[in-house]
Amino acid sequence: MTTTTATGQTTGPQDNPLVEGLERLPVHPTALVIFGATGDLARRKLLPALYNLAHEGALPERFGLVGNARSPMTDEEFREMAIESVREFSRRPADEKVLAKLFADVRYVAGSFDDDEVYAGLTTALDELDETAGLALNRCFYLSTAPMFFPVIVDALGRNDLADRADAEVRVIIEKPFGRSLEEARELNERVLSVFDEEQVFRIDHYLGKETVQNVLALRFANNMFEPLWNRNYIDHVQITASEDIGIGSRAGYYDSAGALRDLVQNHMLQLLSLLCMEPPVAFEAQAVRDEKVKVLRAIRAPLPEEIAELAVRGQYAAGTVAGDEVPGYLDEEGVPDDSNTETYAALRLEVHNWRWAGVPMYLRTGKRMARKVTEIAVTLKPVPHVAFQSDMSTGVRPNVLVLTMQPNEGVSLSIGAKIPGSRMAIRTVNMEFLYGTAFLSQSPEAYERLIIDAMRGDATLFTRNDEVEAQWRICDPIVKAWEATPGPLPQYPAGSQGPEEAMGLQVGESPWRMI
Amino acid sequence: MSTTDAVWSEQDTSPGAIEGALRRLVAECHAAADQCVPARTLNLVCVVDREWSGEVANRLRRVGRYHASRTVVCAVQPRRTTIDAQATITVEGDIRAGEFAAMRELVIVQVGERHLAHLDTIVDPLVVTDLRTAVWAPHGHPEAVDALTTGRAGGAPIAQVVLTDAVDEPEAETALARACELAARSEVVDLAWLRCTPWRERLAAAYDPAARRPELHTLSKVSVRYRSDSLVSGLLLVGWLCAQLGWRPDQLTRHGNLLRGRARARRGEVELRLEPVDSMSTPGLAGVETRSDRGTMLALERGEGGLTARRREPPKRRGEDAFEHVWTVLGASRGEPGILGEGIRHALMLDPTFKPALMAARRLLG
Repeated sequence: MTTTTATGQTTGPQDNPLVEGLERLPVHPTALVIFGATGDLARRKLLPALYNLAHEGALPERFGLVGNARSPMTDEEFREMAIESVREFSRRPADEKVLAKLFADVRYVAGSFDDDEVYAGLTTALDELDETAGLALNRCFYLSTAPMFFPVIVDALGRNDLADRADAEVRVIIEKPFGRSLEEARELNERVLSVFDEEQVFRIDHYLGKETVQNVLALRFANNMFEPLWNRNYIDHVQITASEDIGIGSRAGYYDSAGALRDLVQNHMLQLLSLLCMEPPVAFEAQAVRDEKVKVLRAIRAPLPEEIAELAVRGQYAAGTVAGDEVPGYLDEEGVPDDSNTETYAALRLEVHNWRWAGVPMYLRTGKRMARKVTEIAVTLKPVPHVAFQSDMSTGVRPNVLVLTMQPNEGVSLSIGAKIPGSRMAIRTVNMEFLYGTAFLSQSPEAYERLIIDAMRGDATLFTRNDEVEAQWRICDPIVKAWEATPGPLPQYPAGSQGPEEAMGLQVGESPWRMI
Repeated sequence: MSTTDAVWSEQDTSPGAIEGALRRLVAECHAAADQCVPARTLNLVCVVDREWSGEVANRLRRVGRYHASRTVVCAVQPRRTTIDAQATITVEGDIRAGEFAAMRELVIVQVGERHLAHLDTIVDPLVVTDLRTAVWAPHGHPEAVDALTTGRAGGAPIAQVVLTDAVDEPEAETALARACELAARSEVVDLAWLRCTPWRERLAAAYDPAARRPELHTLSKVSVRYRSDSLVSGLLLVGWLCAQLGWRPDQLTRHGNLLRGRARARRGEVELRLEPVDSMSTPGLAGVETRSDRGTMLALERGEGGLTARRREPPKRRGEDAFEHVWTVLGASRGEPGILGEGIRHALMLDPTFKPALMAARRLLG
């Protein structure tokens, strides 16, 4: 039996015509289990994200939350901690009624991640939530723990029959970092995929949840003006920058074992590069988008050991001045070993070896304690073939630069040559600016809000696939290995600067780094 | 949060002079602080009675973050013959180094009733070209709305969207007829419809699990309770169900303060019932209940922290009790200021289900 709705949609008994035109699509009733529920990420991001979803009415109609961590805690204590976390970290002031209802029936199971008793407790809690709801809830396991526990938890979920169920979906969300090397990433993938199917696995790269990162695809594939230029014939080079003015803060333990390359380049920056360079997907859906991204990553040749000094530069911030204040160097930060060789700055020159991009240098750089915080992609076009205008009295004709800024001023800017008012035909560069904040009424949701709801819905478009993670590691792994094998000291750059001078050596032709 | 203003005003002025002043103010603000850039999201033209303009200004101030980027308030005085105007540019918040600050423009134009039939000739220079324009006339003034939504000499109209609130109209029939007339040439964002949105989302979610979808086609009764001034919201919700589920509604009949009727679905008839309640403080719906011919029942009621949902299922075996669950569907109330903000936001969006719901709602009243 089919029915035709008034808007012309034909629906059958298995369709839900009531979802047509709704801004927020329904999500199947779900129970979310957070491993590491008392940790920093859960308190600062996940619990506030859940609150904001609840505030907007975006959570599933039936929603249950179960927390797990090693700290002994009652349900009531966990509820209070969750409520306090929302009050402290939510992007909007909490509506106390919604807050109370959201965490009213929250459960907490204490215990270590390898303890089967914990999983028995989780099973009981999840079964009770099903019972209360009167239907089988989908289950989402969020691994918000230290990476070394990912395989432990995944194994335990499999061992305790929590990895699948006949009458509902089971999904696992895995935080970054996904391995510390190609070998570790492969091992972790094998472990995860021995328990779950790839369709059940959602590897988080929270950059992909940012509106402005998704806008890279909208800009490229919703506007006809860019595509004809988007290739080696018109683009001279690309610079992707993710700089921060802050230091490592209290994260010395994590950061010193990771470094800039693992922290940002291997995941976020290579994601930006693949979104920028990918071919148009057939549809904006998980497999099609990720297929195209993987093709880009595979077209980037991993550097040979002897090429690394020429293609990659690292550095460490020294004492300097940021925002008028004297700040210590990396080696003087609390918790950092005196002889640390961890890079706080990394810059790479890569090339995408395919028909569209061959010969176009792709520069990536990231650093802490740099001049300012900015994440951007700058696409510099080739210069015009002949300049007919006079160059005196002006800054002259410069190549156009299209800058996609992810933060802090989310938007797009295009530099163009324009005539300086006056009697002479003198040219200088001016900017055409589009700023997100001036063009849309809606506030962008936090990346975690988008990603949590997508994972509950089973939409993996904004998550990293197994082959994608491995392709990213394949590019970075030789650099990590080479750097680990090379003793320090590392090139230093003053805090508050543009980075180490050595990074200038990466450039080919006339393409200096953009000022941060 | 601090606020920065730049103001210009002139008596007995012209649209061209106002537009020139706006351009100068924008340039001056940008020159004074180059992080200040004009927001460009939506033109909102408000046509209001001058004596009630303060109340409308208050409502607009309380819409939260959903302000139009340029708001043109046409304050109508019955016997006025000239135009006075004031333009203000506002930058809200602290202007911080390295970050931009969005400027919003507010133009208040004092006009007479004689200007309304040709209001488009006054407003045209005042709206940002190529930006969507919505018109909101909470105090009536249909001639002004018509002038702004009907293209002059075959040209495109100034406003593409009409923001309306059927609650402002005493008679539901008149409200729906006017909405249909406007919807024939413009997009209509009716706040009465937006008040249904959480209910629509929750009904859609309740029947979304695969096992429950077939139940949609077995619905046998829909009851809607509404605040007594919000009959149109109730009619639009029922109209939406009719349109989306392919039901053909008959005209409702009045039984005291109850409205009852039937819609013909493929499997049979669906009983429809709309009932006013007096206990609500804000306009909108109080509750929705659906029943199916399989004996299931779903009821949604306003509650603390969201909607209270109740679902009853018939016993699976003889001798067992019916199965009933009660839970809260989470969501914060936006309140009345929030609903106007939602209306402004929706002026930038398309909802393909509104017009069919509107048509079906009108059929319900015959």
